[in-house]
Parts: sequence; C-alpha cells; structure tokens
Amino acid sequence: MIHFVLLISRQGKVRLTKWYSPYSQKERTKVIRELSGLILTRGPKLCNFVEWRGLRVVYKRYASLYFCMCIDEDDNELEILEIIHHYVEVLDRYFGSVCELDLIYNFHKAYFILDELLIAGELQEPSKRTVARLVAAQDSLVETAKEQTSSITNIIAQAAK
Amino acid sequence: MSGPSLMDSLFQRTLEDLIKGLRQQLIGEQAFISKALEEIRKEIKSTDLSTKSTALLKLCYLSNLHFHDMSFAAFHALEVLSSPRFPHKKIAYHAISLSFHDSTPVLLLITNHLRKDLTSTNEFEVSLSLQCLSRIANVDLARDLTPEVFTLLSSNKLYVRKRAVAVVLRVFEKYPDSVRVCFKRLVENLENYDPQILSAVVGVFSELACKDPRSYLPLAPEFYKILVDSKSNWISIKVLKIFAKLAPLEPRLANRVVEPICDLMRKTGAKSLLFECVRTVVTSFSEYESAVRLAVEKIREFLVDEDPNLKYLGLHALSIVASKHLWVVSENKEVVIKSLSDPDPNIKIESLRLVMAMVSEHNVAEISKVLVNYALKSDPLFCNEILGSILSTCSRNVYEIIVDFDWYVSLLGEMSRIPHCQMGEEIENQFIDIGLRVKDVRPELVRVARDLLIDPALLGNSFLHRVLSAAAWVSGEYVEFSRNPLEFMEALLQPRTSLLPPSIMAIYIQSAFKVLVFCLHTCFVRGGSTAGVPASASYESFDDLSVENGADSTVAHGQTCTSAPITNESIVNLLKLVELALSPLLGSHDVEVQERARNLLGFVDLIKLEALNSSGQEENDSERKGVEATKIIRLVHDAFSKELGPVSLTAQGKVPVPDGLTLNENLGDLETICGDIELPSSNTFSFGYPSEEKDVSSFSNLQIKEDSGQSNESTSLLAEHRKRHGLYYLPSGKSEVISNDYPPANDPALQGDNNDNASDLVKLTAESLVPKRKPNHSKPRPVVVKLDEVDEKPVAVKQLESRDDSLSGAVRDILFGSEDILPTSSRSNLPNSNRKGKKKQHMITQVESKENVVDDGNSSSRRRKDHSHGKERRHRKKNAEERNETDRKEKESSSNHPRRHKSRQRAEEPLKVPPQTSVIPDFLL
Repeated sequence: MIHFVLLISRQGKVRLTKWYSPYSQKERTKVIRELSGLILTRGPKLCNFVEWRGLRVVYKRYASLYFCMCIDEDDNELEILEIIHHYVEVLDRYFGSVCELDLIYNFHKAYFILDELLIAGELQEPSKRTVARLVAAQDSLVETAKEQTSSITNIIAQAAK
Repeated sequence: MSGPSLMDSLFQRTLEDLIKGLRQQLIGEQAFISKALEEIRKEIKSTDLSTKSTALLKLCYLSNLHFHDMSFAAFHALEVLSSPRFPHKKIAYHAISLSFHDSTPVLLLITNHLRKDLTSTNEFEVSLSLQCLSRIANVDLARDLTPEVFTLLSSNKLYVRKRAVAVVLRVFEKYPDSVRVCFKRLVENLENYDPQILSAVVGVFSELACKDPRSYLPLAPEFYKILVDSKSNWISIKVLKIFAKLAPLEPRLANRVVEPICDLMRKTGAKSLLFECVRTVVTSFSEYESAVRLAVEKIREFLVDEDPNLKYLGLHALSIVASKHLWVVSENKEVVIKSLSDPDPNIKIESLRLVMAMVSEHNVAEISKVLVNYALKSDPLFCNEILGSILSTCSRNVYEIIVDFDWYVSLLGEMSRIPHCQMGEEIENQFIDIGLRVKDVRPELVRVARDLLIDPALLGNSFLHRVLSAAAWVSGEYVEFSRNPLEFMEALLQPRTSLLPPSIMAIYIQSAFKVLVFCLHTCFVRGGSTAGVPASASYESFDDLSVENGADSTVAHGQTCTSAPITNESIVNLLKLVELALSPLLGSHDVEVQERARNLLGFVDLIKLEALNSSGQEENDSERKGVEATKIIRLVHDAFSKELGPVSLTAQGKVPVPDGLTLNENLGDLETICGDIELPSSNTFSFGYPSEEKDVSSFSNLQIKEDSGQSNESTSLLAEHRKRHGLYYLPSGKSEVISNDYPPANDPALQGDNNDNASDLVKLTAESLVPKRKPNHSKPRPVVVKLDEVDEKPVAVKQLESRDDSLSGAVRDILFGSEDILPTSSRSNLPNSNRKGKKKQHMITQVESKENVVDDGNSSSRRRKDHSHGKERRHRKKNAEERNETDRKEKESSSNHPRRHKSRQRAEEPLKVPPQTSVIPDFLL
C-alpha cells in the first residue's frame, strides 16, 4: 500500500502531504527532511526509485515539482509511477494545464482530487473522466452551499439574530 | 455578540489571503505565521460556522505545509463537522483525517457524526466519512461502525460501495471480529463485474494476503477466474501479488496458475504488469524451469533498456532470482559488471549485490581485484559500500571462501590504503581475527603490518587509525616472524604517532614493549642458548658490550638472529630511541598512555642500568648483574611468548563456580564495611609524580624484577584482552589533530593504471567469472581455527508465529466455517439465511476435508459419496458438529504440518482427478 504522498518543490518547499500510515507530527517533519535531501539531490537521468528505511520511495519530477509516493518493498514501482502520472493528468485536466501556483493556491482542491484517486493507500479510481466528474459534482455542491451563505439576505438574517 | 461575529465573517482573511500574504513575506514568514495563528485561534471560537470552517481550513494549511500543531482545534473540527452544509463537512473531515490520531481525546465524540454521515443519502457525504474512517479508525470506532460499513458493502451506488470495500481493510485490522460480519459480503464483491469494485476488493485481498496468505487459500478459484478474465492491468497486478503469496503454500495451485501467468507475460504490453509477472515468477515459481526461462528473457530486455527504471528493476529481479538460479546472473554478468559504473548510485548498489552473489572460492580473488579497482575510482560512499561488501562476503562463515590467506591479508592491506576507505574497524577486526585463527598466514600478516606501520603518511588519516592499531598489535604479537624487528621499533616510535588517539597510542607503546623484549631476548638470551650455557653466553654478550663489539661475537649473533642482525650497538641505539620517544609521554593526560610509557621506560631503565653501566664496574659484579638482567628479560619474554588463541564467546560460562562461592549473595553489607574507606574516583588518578622514577631505581633489584615481571604480564594480558575484544575500559578522547604534511597515502592522481575504463574491466571479469575447473592453488588451504559453538552464528530460535492472531483467526473461522464460534456482539443476527446457507456449504466441505485427515483410510471414497448425497451431508453435518471440538484440534495440528497432510492426500488420489488443493474444497476449483 502507499504509506504517504508528498509533493515537494525543487527548492525543497512542501506543497502537499498526505499520510495513509500513522506518523506523528514530529516524524512527518523528519521524513520530509530526509526524503527531500535524498531525492532533490538526484540527477535527472537516474532511476525514479529510492530505497529508504526498508521501504521504497517512487518519485517523479514534473516541471519544478517532485511527486513522491512511499510504498512497501514488494509493491510494484512501475504501477506507482503510473498512479503518479495519472494524478498529474487529472490535475492537469481539472486546472487546465496545471502549474505549481495552481497547487499553491488551491492546495485543498489538490487534496480532494487525491482523495478521489486514492483511499486508504490504494488506487480507487482508474478513470480520469470519472474523477473529473466526481470532483466537479462536489464542487458544484460546495458552490451552491456557498451562494446560500454568502447572499446578502443571509448575512443580514444572521446579523439580526 | 452578533456584531463582532458579523465583522469577523465579513473581514476574515480567507485561505487565499493567507497564502498570498505568506508568499509576499512582508514581515517575515515566522512572524506572519504566528500572527495568522493568533487570528485563527480567535476566529475558530466564533459561533458562525462559515468563519469557523475558514479558520479551520487555514489551520490545516499551516499544519500541513508548515508543520504547526493543530491539536488544539480538535474539538472545533467536531463542531464544524456537525454543520449540515456540505462544504463545512468537507473541511472538517479534511482537518480530522489530517490531525486526529489514536490518542486524540475527542475521538470518542466522533462516532455519532460518522454514523450519521455513513447513512446519509448524499453519496459524497458517505464517501467523506468513509475516507475519514479509513484514516482514524481505532478499535472502538471500528467496532461501533461495523454495521454501517457492512450495509454499505452492498450499496447499490458503486461509488460508495467501492469506498466501503477499501475501508473494510482498516476496519478488519483494528477490529478483527468484524470479519465475521463483513467477510462474506466482501467475498461476494469478488464476483462483481464492475472493474472498479473488483479492483478495490482485489486490493484489499492482496493486502490481507500479505499478512497471512494461508487463510485465503480457499478463495484461490475466484482469484484464478479474475486472473484469467481480467482486462485491467491494475487488477491483474494485484491478483498476481496474491498468487505470489499463495502459490508457495500449495504446489497444485502453482501448477494451475503458472501457465496463465506465462501467457500474460507473453502478450502484455504494459511494463508494470510485465514486471509484476516476472517478479511473481522469480519469487514464487522458481521451480518451473520454462517459466523462469521466459522471465529471464524479459529481465534481459529490462537490463538492456535505456530507461534507468527498467534497468534498476531488472537488476532487482536478478537479485531475487540469484538465490535459486545463480546461472541467470552469470549469464548476464556483462550487464551487471557494466552497471557498476552506472551514474545512478542505486543501480550501482544493486549490481554490487549481484556481483557479490556470484563470488565463490574460485573467483573471489579476481572479483575482489576488479572491485577494488572500482573502489579506487568511485565516490567515497560507493567505495565504502564496495569495501564493506567485500569484507563481509570474504569473512562469511569464518572465511569459508578464502583459500589463499596470504592473498587475502595483502588485499586487506591494499584496501586500507584506498583513500576513501572508512572501514577501519572491520579491517582491524579481521586482521586480528585472522592472526589468531590462521597460523600459517602470520609471516605474511607481519609483512603487511610492517608495510602499514612504516608508512608515515597513513598516520594522518583518522579512518586508518583502527587498522594501524591492529597492525601494531600484530607486529608485537608475532614479532618472531619479522625479518627486521628493529624496523618495527622505529615504525612504532616514529614522531608522527603523536597524531594517534591515546587508546591506539597505548597499543603502539605496548607493542613496542613486546618488540623490544623480543630484540633483547634474541640478542642476549637466545644468542647464548645456541652456545649451550646460558649464563656464560649472557656474560659473553655483556662482555661484548663492555669491549665495544668484539668482531667474532657479532658474527655469531648474525647467525642466530634473522636476516637483520641485532647487534649490541643497535640495542643501545634502540634503548636510546625508546627513551627519546617515550619520555615526553610521561606527562600525557591519558592514563593508559602514561602508564604504558612508564612501564616501558622503567623496563628500559632497568636493563640499561644493569647492562650498559656494567662496563665501568669490576668483572664479578657485572657478571652477577648481567645474569639478573638476563633473568628479567627471559621472564618478560616468557610472559609475552604465550600464544593467544581465539576465545569462545561462551567460555566464561564454562568456568565452574567454585564451591562455597555464592554469586547471588547480597552485597549490601559490603558497603558498610567499605563505607569509611574513601575510594578515589577514577577521574582523579594521576601518575605524574616525578619522584616515582627515582623510587623504582632505588628498589632492590630482586623486588623490581618480580614486580615489573608481574605487572608487565598482567598489563599485557589486559591489553591483549582489550585489543581482541575491542572493549576499551577507558573512553578515549577523540582529539584528532591531523596535520597533513605528507601526501595522502594513495593519491588518485598517482593511480594512473587504475583508470582503465569499464570495458577493460568487463573483459577482465568475463574471463575471471568463468568458474575454473581446477583451482590452481599451489598450496593447500591453511587450517583455520574454529570454535564449534561460537563461530556458528547464534541461531535465533525461530518461533512459530502465533497462528492465532486475531485477524487471520477470524478469517479462517469464516472461510473454514467453524460455526461454533458465533460473533459475541449483538450483530449475530445480521447474517441472513442466504449467507447462512452458503456458509454451511463452505463449512461442510471444510469439515469433511478435515475428516480426510482424521481417518485417512477411506477418506477419498467418502468424499466422492458426499458430493452425490445431499442427505448424507446433512446427516454428516450434525455429526460434524459433535466432532467439532476434536476436529478443530486436528485442524490446528494439520496446519502445523501442511506438508505431511498434503502428501498423504495426494497419495490417495487417483491421477486423473484434476489438481485441487487440500484446503480448497472441490466445488471451488
């Protein structure tokens, strides 16, 4: 299974973390520090797998972002690479040629999309179109709810309470 | 109240504002964040849920990417969760799954929220709560929410159902009893045709099967069907993982599965699936020659691929296969050796592992040579990786693969001279270990030690100090094999030894002591003993001293000593050298060094006084004193010449406890006895009395002789004990002031000949890796001293895994159907009649197969009868329930000896019966 997902920028800034195995806050910081030291220093034409603490970290660089996933020793590394690519494609479809800034400002959306893709450390939805549809449906739910709350009458009603 | 709330919600900083502000960094990141946190703490207490949820979202951001603690907001997250609005819920769930853990105090309060959302009609709400449950589930949550998850497992919304399936894994882990409730439905989902559901179920089973594959053998037929029918690579990969776990348990299953896997391997275009097939074959189907051949073919394609990922995985697959089929590795050795110089460190390490797997006693010399050449060229990290693996491979099993120890010892010397070498400690241990174990290699060992010791450049490299300490020890212990002991003295006392840490300095001094005694002994005592009368010989030698080198006796000494003659003059110089080198150390701050220096100098004083000053005295006196000096020398020499052997780790335990000694007696009253004696603490020891030397010289000769003899003996034993066990009683301060006036020992620039390119090396190894028919060892392998009980690694008593760990126990109960254990909780009414019926079917076959074991006489016939007669089955079922108790016991014992069980059953079955597994009931396959 996937133990965690990390998005790290080339400068070592963390853009997204998602933990499927229990790690305490302190461990998380440590893991990220260790891994960014390990991964960011690797050259461009090397393989995408790193052995780390008896686990394996699969990473791939897209533009200035490193997508890293940590898996068990006997998981399939190539499959994980495909999942990473899959995620990037979904992001791309959602944001329309995604860039790092999209992820910086919409960090929660990147999470929600990841949640549609993976659950409990397993791939959940292999179809890009379905993911896009599901995310859009939830977005519209959020929007309608927001409209209700932010309408003037609502605010006045609340203020008058 | 409403005023500030309105202001809050109108002018609240949104997440986007926060991120923008953070990126502008007008007031510095830390300051901005602490300000933002302050705001959030205020906002999160607001009564307005929108304000609250925005604050929570911002907090999530800070916690997630800037690692600020958000545990204070746990309760607020729950408050937001209770909101009826979807966006609030979404934020709350996000925060909860991010920050909650097993010991979060408010975890108890979440159960009802989750239950409410799990039963919601909005599929997205259900999905959110499932997602959250998968992350935060603990025993209580898993237990309380099992019914809801169970219901969702057969939800008609696919979206919800597949998520429920994935979450079941966590619920099982936390609360194994839930298996009894949910497992049936989970299995039913295996027959679902929707690829998404199937993918989720198979994923769950592949995780479950990793932990305890045996329990899932009965489901093999379903998996088989999926494997054959599956169109999706994701699913195929997972199923292959399951079979990789199941196949080793049941050979007949492997027989069935190996063909489809090979088919898949031939026709698939996806590399990930291909690799999974290859890995499955090499891990679990290594007995199937044709399958392995096919897999190896594919591995070769990987190895020559441009993509470094495939190359890495190819090497990885090779290293899996190496343990069983070494020929595969040697077939691909060119690629493997070439990969040693790959730019990617991961690939290099993988190929190093493979190269080490190929090592045997025939090619160890050649491979080591190649690897040492690689080590010279590579970066420090990989260099030490190489050296480490050479050292560990060669020393494996008490140097099992080493035939020519002379070669190995010189290899050790060579390795320690590699500039990046940091394996000093391991090399040190092996030097001493080989010295102790292998008698025949000692002359060569001394030669190597000499080469290391006399090179002043090596002293500057702090990584080599450990090696040098071993070399010094060797030189002292086996000095009799040396051609020129005087050279050793010079090497051990050279000025640059001041660069050594004190603990190693002490070893140097002690070794110098040994060498000195040896020199004196050869010169005075042994020189005489050849002449026949020791006393007269010593007299003669001292006579020589007094008349300044009589020509004839020098010749005589030249004959008795080894190639380099030890003349009296050289002894005089030697003594001077010792005094010169060691007198500064009398003021050393390290107790060890100081004490040893003092020992040695005291000894020198003694000898010098007796021997050198005798010239001025009258004949008789000098003779008498000369005899005493000889006695001293002989005594000390005897103390040093006792050979040290390897000591068994358990030797201490073999010493019988003497009668009357009770080790466990309370030592409490010792304190009252010794209470008034003030023990000086070890730190305050100081030996810096200048008067001590005078004291020594003023003692009567006899006393000194005995004292020094004994103390020397005991200190030397102590020192040797220390060296052998690497246990230093006093911590050595690491004051490593390295002044590098000398060029480094092995300047890469000077190693021009080592820079030959990879292809040459490949050529070289291509020849050397071919196992030679007749190893042309000119001499037989020397005896290696082994201690029976020690040298076998202490075999960890492999305990049988507690097979009854609750999860697999529960799964087995379901699949093998012992219905006597009913779920203890109130949910025992959940299984509906349909499930019961099916369950019964499972159970009966299982019981029956168990009976096969019980009465093996007519089991096969009975089985066939069973399948035709339903009536009898029912009858049997009653029977079986009566027997359940004994059966279960039998099952336990049978699962402990699966081999016997299977073989027995196989023997009974006629050959035409299609292959089936022992625990897999017939109707399944």
